[in-house]
Amino acid sequence: MKITVAEALIKALEFEGVEVMFGHPGGAILPAYDPLYDSPIRHILARHEQGAGHMAEGYAQATGKVGVVIATSGPGATNLVTPLANAYMDSVPIVAITGQVPTHAIGNDAFQEAHTWGISMPATKHNYLVTDPADIPDVIHEAFHLAGSGRPGPVLVDLPKNILNTEIEWHQPTGKVDLPGYKPNTKGHPLQIRAAVDLILAAERPVLYAGGGIVAAGAHAELLALAEKANLPVTTTLMARGAFPDHHPLSLGMPGMHGLYAAITAIQKSDLLIAIGARFDDRVTGDPAAFAPHAKVIHADIDPSEIGKVRTPDVPIVGDARTVLGQLIGKLDRTLDGAPAPDHAGWLETIREWQRDKVVHYQQDPAGPIKPQFVVEELYRITGGQAIVVAGVGQHQMWASQLWKYTKPRTWINSGGLGTMGYAIPAAIGAKVGMPDELVYAIDGDGCFQMTMQELTTASTEGVPVKIAVLNNNNLGMVRQWQRLFYNERFSATELTNHTPDYVKLAEAMGCVGLRAEHPSEVGPVIEKSLTINDQPVISEFRVDPDEMVFPMVPAGGSNDDVAMSLEDLK
Amino acid sequence: MTLHVLSVLVEDKPGVLARVSSMFARRGFNIHSLAVGPSAEPGNSTMTVVVDAAEIEQVVKQLRKLINTIKITELDPAESVEREVMLVRVAADASLRGELLDAASVFKAKAVDVGATSVTFEMVGTPSKVNDFLELIRPYGLIDVVKSGWIALARDSKTRNLRAIS
Ligand SMILES: Cc1ncc(C[n+]2csc(CCOP(=O)(O)OP(=O)(O)O)c2C)c(N)n1
Ligand SMILES: [Mg+2]
Repeated sequence: MKITVAEALIKALEFEGVEVMFGHPGGAILPAYDPLYDSPIRHILARHEQGAGHMAEGYAQATGKVGVVIATSGPGATNLVTPLANAYMDSVPIVAITGQVPTHAIGNDAFQEAHTWGISMPATKHNYLVTDPADIPDVIHEAFHLAGSGRPGPVLVDLPKNILNTEIEWHQPTGKVDLPGYKPNTKGHPLQIRAAVDLILAAERPVLYAGGGIVAAGAHAELLALAEKANLPVTTTLMARGAFPDHHPLSLGMPGMHGLYAAITAIQKSDLLIAIGARFDDRVTGDPAAFAPHAKVIHADIDPSEIGKVRTPDVPIVGDARTVLGQLIGKLDRTLDGAPAPDHAGWLETIREWQRDKVVHYQQDPAGPIKPQFVVEELYRITGGQAIVVAGVGQHQMWASQLWKYTKPRTWINSGGLGTMGYAIPAAIGAKVGMPDELVYAIDGDGCFQMTMQELTTASTEGVPVKIAVLNNNNLGMVRQWQRLFYNERFSATELTNHTPDYVKLAEAMGCVGLRAEHPSEVGPVIEKSLTINDQPVISEFRVDPDEMVFPMVPAGGSNDDVAMSLEDLK
Repeated sequence: MTLHVLSVLVEDKPGVLARVSSMFARRGFNIHSLAVGPSAEPGNSTMTVVVDAAEIEQVVKQLRKLINTIKITELDPAESVEREVMLVRVAADASLRGELLDAASVFKAKAVDVGATSVTFEMVGTPSKVNDFLELIRPYGLIDVVKSGWIALARDSKTRNLRAIS
C-alpha cells in the first residue's frame, strides 16, 4: 500500500503507542497535520512551541512514557531549543518532530529555514534530518528507542516538506534497531558490585546519594530495600525528590545549595558516599574540592561519562540504577548470610540531632504579610500531600522542594539542570494530560508565570484542569536574594512592579478561574476553594512577603562545610 | 604536554564529523589534530584524533556517548604506526636551492615544485620527523605549510581497546 511519508509518520507514532502529542502547526509541517486529523492520537495545541516542548516533558516526567512534541520549521523549531536543552539536562525522554523546508531549498536561506539539525545537535541525545523517504518508519522507531532507553533524553527528527509529501510503500517498523554504537550497559560488573558491598559493610558513616536516575529507572523500591537492609541514610537530589519517602527515618531530604543542613552535613562528614544515578552537579557539591572530603565514593550510573567527570570514584559501576541496586542487595544478602548489617546507630543519632537542631524555619505573623513558606505548608496540609507538584525556577521552587514531604516518585516535577523559568505551567499541563486522575498542583513564581502564561489558554480550551498557585512576591525573588546577599542590596531589574498583571482578571480572560489571597487567613480558604473546582484550570494568587529568603544556603562555589541557616550566618 | 592518539570507528552518516567536532567544542576539549577517511568496512569511517592527555578519559567517554561512534581504540605509540603528510613551500632562490635539497634528502622529503623564488616539498613521515624537517627549513622563510593531521594504525594484533569502565 502506498502512503505519504506524512501518513507513515502518523502510523509510526501510533505504532509506538503515542496517545497524545503537543504541538503547533505551520507551513513545513502541514503535511503531517493532515493525517493527524484522522488519527486517534490526541493533539494539544500549545500557544507557543516552548510550551509544547515543556508539556511533552511534563507528560514524560509524570508518566515515564516518551513525550512527543511537533512543530514547524524555522521559528517553530528554534522555539523548541529551550525544552530540548532542558530535557537533555534532566534526562527527560521526548521525541521532537519538526518540519523543514524542502530538500532542494535547504541551505538557500529559504522562508522559515533554520538549521534545525545543527542547532539542536548539542541539545539532544541524537537527532535526524530525514532525506530518504523510505527511512521514516525505522527512524521513528529508533528515535523512541533512543529517547527512552539507556540514559533517557530528547531526540529530534527533522522532516523536509517534500519528503513528507513523497509516497512510499508502508512497512511496519521491524522493531529492530540497528545502532552498532549504542548498546547501553545495564548490569553492573560483578567485581565492582563486590567491591561496593565490601565498602558498604566497612563504612561507619555511609550516605546514599540518590539522583534522578532512580526515578528514570523506576528503582525507588530497590533504593528503599537497600537503605533499610544496610541502614543507610538517603539524600534525594532535586531531580530525585520522591524517590525515597521523606517521612522515612532514614530520609535526609535534599542536599546542595539550598538543601537541608542534615543532608549537606551528613555528606560532608561521611566516610562513604554511594551515588546512584546522580551526577555530582555543582548545585550539590559546591566547591568540588571541599565536597565530602573524607568519603570513599561508589558511583553507579548508566552513563559512563558521568563517572569520573567531577569526582573520581573508588568503585565505578556502569549500569541501570534498578539493576545495580538489585545486584547490590543480592550481594549484600549473600555476604551477610543472615548476619545483621551494621546498624550505624551512632551515626544515625548524630544525623537526627542535626535534623532536630537545624530546621528550615520561618515565622508566619497572623497579621501578615503572607509568608511564601506558609502557602507551601498549607498546600501540603490541605491536599494531604496527595498531588503531583510542579515547580517553576526560583525561591518558590526551593520551598516547594524543601517543605513538601514527597513519598512517591514522579510526584515532583521541575527543571533541575537547566533551571528553566516558565517550566511549571506547561509541564503541569503535560503532567495532567498524562495523569488525568491525579491532582496536579503547580507552585509557580510570578516571574516564571509570566514567561509561559499564554499556555493558560491551552489548559482551558483543551480541558486540562490544572491548578496553579502563584507565590507572588512581586519580584524575581531568587535574583533579588542574590542582590541582597552579594550586591549590596542594589535591586537592579528584579522588581516586577505593582502586582501587574492582575492575576485574577488574567485567569478569567484566559478561561480559567482566578482566586486571590492577600492575608494569611485567606490562604487556607483559597486553597480549599481551588480544590472544589475541577472542570476548569484554577489560578490562585498569593501575595507574599518579598523579603523572605531561602535558607539553608551555601553560596555558589563555596564549601558545603559552611551552611548558612539564616542571614546572620552570612554576615 | 603528552598527546594521545585515538582511532575512532564511526558510522559513515551525514554530519558525523560535525557531531564529533561540536562535542569537542562544547566540552572544551582541545583537538590537536583530526583526520578522517573511509574505513575497511563499507559504511564506516575511521577518525584519527590526537588529544591532550589530561582529558583523555572524558574525551573517550564523551566520544563513546555519540550514537554514531562504534569503537574507540587508544593507540600506543610504541605499538602503532603514525604518519603525517606535509606540503611546504619555502623561499629559496637558486643560490639556496642546493642546501635545501640536501636537507630534504636527509629527511626523505621530495621536491615537488621548483620555482624561481621557492621550492615546494612533500614529506610523509612520523609526526615528529615531519616537525623536525619543518623546523630545519623554517629559517629559510616559510611561504605556506599544509599538514594532513596524524593518521595511525596499530601494529598487528597489538591494539589496546580502551573501553569505558564497566
Ligand atoms: C529563562 C530564565 N531566565 C532567567 C533565569 C534566572 N532566574 C533564576 S530565578 C529567577 C527569578 C524567578 O522569579 P519568580 O518566578 O518570581 O520566582 P521567585 O524566585 O520570586 O520565587 C530568575 C530571573 C532563569 N532561571 N531562567
Ligand atoms: Mg517572584
